[in-house]
Amino acid sequence: MPAAELDIRNLSAGYGQTHVLEDVSFMVPAGGRLSILGRNGMGKTTLMASLMGLTRHYAGSISLAGQNVTALGTAARSHAGIGLVPQTREIFKGLTVEENLFAGLKGRPRSAIEEAYVLFPRLRERRRNLGSQLSGGEQQMLATARSILGQPSVLLLDEPLEGLAPVICDMLMEAFGRLAASGAMTILFVEQRLESALAFADDVIILERGRIVWSGKPDALRADAEVLERYIGVGGLH
Amino acid sequence: MATATPMPVIPSASRTLGRDFLGLALIALVGLAGYWLFPDNLAFLTRVISVALLVLSLDLIVGYCGIASLGQGALYGAGAYAAGIACVHGITDPGLLILIGAAAGAVMGLLMGAIMLRAHGLPQLVLSIAIVQLLHEAANKASSITGGSDGLSGMSPAPLFGLFEFDLWGRSAYLFGLGLLLIVFAVLRFVTRSPFGMVCRGLKEDPLRISALGIYAFPVLLKMFVISGAVAGMGGALAAIATQVVGLDSVSFEISANALVMLVLGGIGHLYGALIGTVIFMALEHIVAAINPFHWMTLVGAVLIAIVLFAPRGLSGTLDELARLLTRERWRAGR
Repeated sequence: MPAAELDIRNLSAGYGQTHVLEDVSFMVPAGGRLSILGRNGMGKTTLMASLMGLTRHYAGSISLAGQNVTALGTAARSHAGIGLVPQTREIFKGLTVEENLFAGLKGRPRSAIEEAYVLFPRLRERRRNLGSQLSGGEQQMLATARSILGQPSVLLLDEPLEGLAPVICDMLMEAFGRLAASGAMTILFVEQRLESALAFADDVIILERGRIVWSGKPDALRADAEVLERYIGVGGLH
Repeated sequence: MATATPMPVIPSASRTLGRDFLGLALIALVGLAGYWLFPDNLAFLTRVISVALLVLSLDLIVGYCGIASLGQGALYGAGAYAAGIACVHGITDPGLLILIGAAAGAVMGLLMGAIMLRAHGLPQLVLSIAIVQLLHEAANKASSITGGSDGLSGMSPAPLFGLFEFDLWGRSAYLFGLGLLLIVFAVLRFVTRSPFGMVCRGLKEDPLRISALGIYAFPVLLKMFVISGAVAGMGGALAAIATQVVGLDSVSFEISANALVMLVLGGIGHLYGALIGTVIFMALEHIVAAINPFHWMTLVGAVLIAIVLFAPRGLSGTLDELARLLTRERWRAGR
C-alpha cells in the first residue's frame, strides 16, 4: 500500500461524554512526517486513538488518500491503511514474537515476517520468546514491526521512545528514519523527547487542551523560545 | 541491547511436535491401561471419553477465545440427538454417525455463536443458558422425534468395521471412543497452534488490539464456535452409539455446568487440562457416589473449592507452574 495523504478536518472526539479533542484540523501529504507535541494530558494519544477509531467521534472528518474513513470501524480503518503503534505497545504477552508478528500480517504470506527481522534483527533472535520475556525496547520493536507488516499507508507512532534507554531510542529512531526515507508510508509521530521529534519531522503541530495551538516547521519551533516555554515547558533549544 | 538477557529456552518446533506425539502416546497408554484394568467399567470409561470431548470443545471457546458459556450441552445434545435419530432411521455405520453428530454440533455451534457473539460478558453467559434450556425444552416437546422425557431408544449401530459388535460390555465402544479422542485431540493441538488459534488467543487477551491490526473478531470467533460444536457433537454422538439411548440430560444445563467445572478443575486454556479435569471429576464422582450415595456431592464440592482456592489455574496450570519452576532451577544450576 503506497503512502497516503491524511486530511483531518474539524475533528472533535473523546471518551463517553468527555470531549478531549476540539476542532482539530491538519493535513499531512503522502510520505510526509508530522510530529505532534504537547504536554501530558493535552490529547496527543487521544488523537492517535481517534484516527484509529478507538474513541467516540463527535464531529469532523478523517480522509485517507481522499477517501473519507470517518464512519469506518477500527478493523476497517486498519484495512484502509492506518496502522497504530500504541503508547503502551500492547503486544500479546502470552504469544511468541513470531506469533505476534503473524497477527500483523493481514493475510500476507508468512514469509513476509522476514521484513520485520530485517528492520529489527534483534527480533529474529527472540522469535520464539514470549512477549512477556522481552525488554521494553524489544517490545517496542515488536509493536512497530507488527504494525509495519500490515503495510500501512499511514503509520501512527504514539510515544515509541517512552521509558527506553538512550541506546535503544537511537536504534528505534534509526529504524523510523529508514522507514520514513523509504517513502512507503506517511508517519505521525507523538513524542515527548523534543529533539527526537523535531529531528524526525517535516512539520510539527502542538496540542494544548485538545486544540492545535501552533503548527509549522521544526526549525521555526526551535527558534521560538516563547512557544516552547508556554506549550512544551522547555526554555528553548540550542 | 548489546547484552542479551539470559532466559529459559523455548522449545523448538520439532521438540514441540515430539512432545505432542509423546502426549498422544501417553493418552493412548492410559486409555489402554483403563481397558485392561477396568474391564467391568468400560461403559463408564466410554462416558468419560464422551464427556472429555465435550469439555475439550468448551475449552476451545472458553479457554482459547475467552467466551464464557454455560450452554455447551446444546452442542453435545445436538450431536447426540442427530446421531440417535439417524441411527433409528437406518444409518447405522458408527463412523457415519460420528460425522452426523459432528455436522449437527457444527450447525448448532454456528447458530449459537451467531447469537452469543452479539453480546459480551454476563449477557453472553445468560444467552448460553437460555439456548441450552430452549433446546432442552424443544427436545422434550418434540417427543415424536426425540422420545421426549423417555429418551430416544431403538438404536442399533452396525458393528465397527463390520466386525466388532457394540455389545453390553462396551469393549468396541470404548476402543472406538479412545481412537476418536486421539484423532480429535491431535487435530485440536494443530488447530490451537495454528495462526487461527493464535488469533483466537489474541482476541482473548485484547479484542481491541486485534481489531487495530485489521482482524475482524466476529468471523474468527464464529469459526471457533463451529469447530467447538463439531467436537461436542462428536462427543454426543459417541455417547449415543455407546449407550444406544439419548436422554434429555444430554442437552441440559447440568451437563453444561459440569463441563465448565471440569474445565476449571483441569485448567482453562490447556487441552490436557480438559482431559485431566474430566477424568478426575468423573472418577471422583463415580467413586464417592458409590461410597456415600447421599452426601457425595458435599465431598465433591469441598474438593472443588480446595482446588479453586489453592490451584486457581487448575491442575494442569499448577503442574505447568511446577515444571517451569523445576526447569528454571535446573537452568540456574547449569549456569
